[in-house]
Amino acid sequence: MSKKVAFLQGNEAATYGALYAGCTFFAGYPITPSTEVAEIMSIELPKIGGKFIQMEDEIGAMAAILGASLTGAKVLDSTSGPGFSLKQELIGMGCISEIPCVVYNVMRGGPSTGMPTGPSQSDVMCAKWGTHGDHPAICLVPSTVQELFEEMVRAFNLSEKYRTPVFIMPDEIVAHMRERVVFPEPGEIPLIERTTPTVSPADYKPYDTSFGDVPPLAAFGSGYKFHVTSLNKAQDGFPTTKAELVQAEEERQVRKVEGNADDIIEFEEYQLDDAEVVVIAYGSTARSARYAVNVAREQGIKAGMFRLKTFWPFPYKQITAMAGKVKGFITPEMNLGMCFGEVERAAQGKVPVIGIFRVDGEPINPDQILDKIKGVK
Amino acid sequence: MEKKLPKIEISEKLCKGCHICVEFCPKDVLEMKGFYASVKNLEACISCMQCELRCPDFAIKVITE
Amino acid sequence: MAFDYEKWIRPGKLPHIWCPGCGHGIIMKGMIRAMESLKLKKENTVIVSGIGCASRLPGYIDCCTLHTAHGRAAAFATGVKLAKPEMDVIIVGGDGDGTAIGGNHFIHACRRNINLTYIIMNNNIYGMTGGQFSPCTPTGALASTTPYGNPDPGFDVAKLAIGAGATFVARGTSFHANQIDKLIAEAIQHKGFSVVEILDDCPTTYGRRNKFKSVIEMMNRLKDIAVPVKAAEKMTAEQLKGKVLTGVLYKDDTKPEYTVEYDKVIERAKAAK
Repeated sequence: MSKKVAFLQGNEAATYGALYAGCTFFAGYPITPSTEVAEIMSIELPKIGGKFIQMEDEIGAMAAILGASLTGAKVLDSTSGPGFSLKQELIGMGCISEIPCVVYNVMRGGPSTGMPTGPSQSDVMCAKWGTHGDHPAICLVPSTVQELFEEMVRAFNLSEKYRTPVFIMPDEIVAHMRERVVFPEPGEIPLIERTTPTVSPADYKPYDTSFGDVPPLAAFGSGYKFHVTSLNKAQDGFPTTKAELVQAEEERQVRKVEGNADDIIEFEEYQLDDAEVVVIAYGSTARSARYAVNVAREQGIKAGMFRLKTFWPFPYKQITAMAGKVKGFITPEMNLGMCFGEVERAAQGKVPVIGIFRVDGEPINPDQILDKIKGVK
Repeated sequence: MEKKLPKIEISEKLCKGCHICVEFCPKDVLEMKGFYASVKNLEACISCMQCELRCPDFAIKVITE
Repeated sequence: MAFDYEKWIRPGKLPHIWCPGCGHGIIMKGMIRAMESLKLKKENTVIVSGIGCASRLPGYIDCCTLHTAHGRAAAFATGVKLAKPEMDVIIVGGDGDGTAIGGNHFIHACRRNINLTYIIMNNNIYGMTGGQFSPCTPTGALASTTPYGNPDPGFDVAKLAIGAGATFVARGTSFHANQIDKLIAEAIQHKGFSVVEILDDCPTTYGRRNKFKSVIEMMNRLKDIAVPVKAAEKMTAEQLKGKVLTGVLYKDDTKPEYTVEYDKVIERAKAAK
């Protein structure tokens, strides 16, 4: 039997990816350019007995998914820049209280209301530094509609596996373009469920590190009684200001993601084997970069692309390894140098990093990238 | 018939010395002794439970038969 | 016989953090008596709060408890309840948390008429941060941020809840301790969004600044201003000046409850499949 194929918009594919992953609860607030996700969820979730709720504001939507996740549900909230900014405090609570959830953020022009229908890639730093305090960040940046489906499944898997919020952030171009999507069969992409406790309710501690850096999470209503707080907490879940406990918990929360970077980071290496000029790109910009690399190759230039699928944790290790071998990195992006700065860190001064930045609501075209590729000597 | 008196337990660990129990006891059974509430006149107690009910600190138990 | 509060309190968690004479403990006891009288199952009960003195309450109670961010309790509770409607979900918090930073979530939870109970412990002040005025601080009162007297008019929490669509609204005071459990129990039993406002005292940050000589004076003020709804019916407008109605202020059993309505959405969606 052949697989189901459809011609889908990015937001549609993302939504079906979430449903494939087992999402049963969605809360959101209308915002361009991600609203299609909410609209499809309002149709599809009740059909499977799931719950859709349109909340009174962006913060309320984030609160509702965190509450629902604590009952054991796989949860999704979709938004765009201004909404993503509003959610930041509760994203921090998701991190410190270690509540799995997926936040789908379509990147549009900013700051503030910015350019609601224009594409951008300027939220990637907000994903890492938007909420205050030290915390882990996982951020996926898909580049095609098919990948949006698959990466949405991975976002849920990572969220459940590491018990932390995960962001999936296509730019507006990827979210609104239409492409052919081949649906995976049920079970074809393995699904990860959160670890639930094996100890008795009396012995359960919601942050029990004797089970490792990702402690099992019980569901409200499953017979386990426990406390969840937005304060710094001890392993038993209750607030603490004891220096050594706070330090240990904070370090563990970051370590559980950073320490598993190799499991989380995914990337595509395109024409890199002999590449002398490497374009480091993500999202729709990577599509222009691929074209530019192809043209450069036709002209005899040894160009390649390192395409980020995971923005956070950032693949410093991989980029540093390339830095000694190539003549230059080129970072095209629809912001004023967010990936660029991280690539400079990774390059450690061994190789020049050339940025191509656009914040005018227009995509970066292949010619712009090709020009810079040719400029690397 | 002899009046049955309750036992009034006041936890010094929990009492914060707010005076509420002393002030709202209708029979003047309690008093402040230093920082804590304490039983002054158990004989007068009518087991109305007001002190236990009003204590914000879970510090008072009125144990009746 | 002494009431067995320990049954509902997490071992080792007392004494609580509240100041001497703060009525929050009295309200927590009323809430425990209500839960006991209804024989709620601890494992099946979720208590949700935001931030502030009152919001520390869930940490003491031996149920599923969720202490969230400032103002967000009603939105978290909505998520919990919609995801698992079979659970009993109770929100607790203060006046600032519930009606200022959380005001939007509060009115929309009222509007949805989702089956939650919201206990607002109204002590007219932001206590935890040191006594700044809240939307429930009386006009003219002194707070750390109204050193010349509060120019703001205050909210009437009960009227706000009724206006926004809550279907059970009651008011008590921490002086009227033996009424608290009854109001809360009735609220929990109500099928819809229920609000119980308990007028409370903050001797530390409100009383001292506003010339209350003692906790007792604050308690006596609550006693003096409270008028039961029934008694108020026989009083003149003049007699009711400066008074506050207590008891069950509003009850409507006809408005559909949100999770029940959502079940109908599920039925319609499945039928349309």
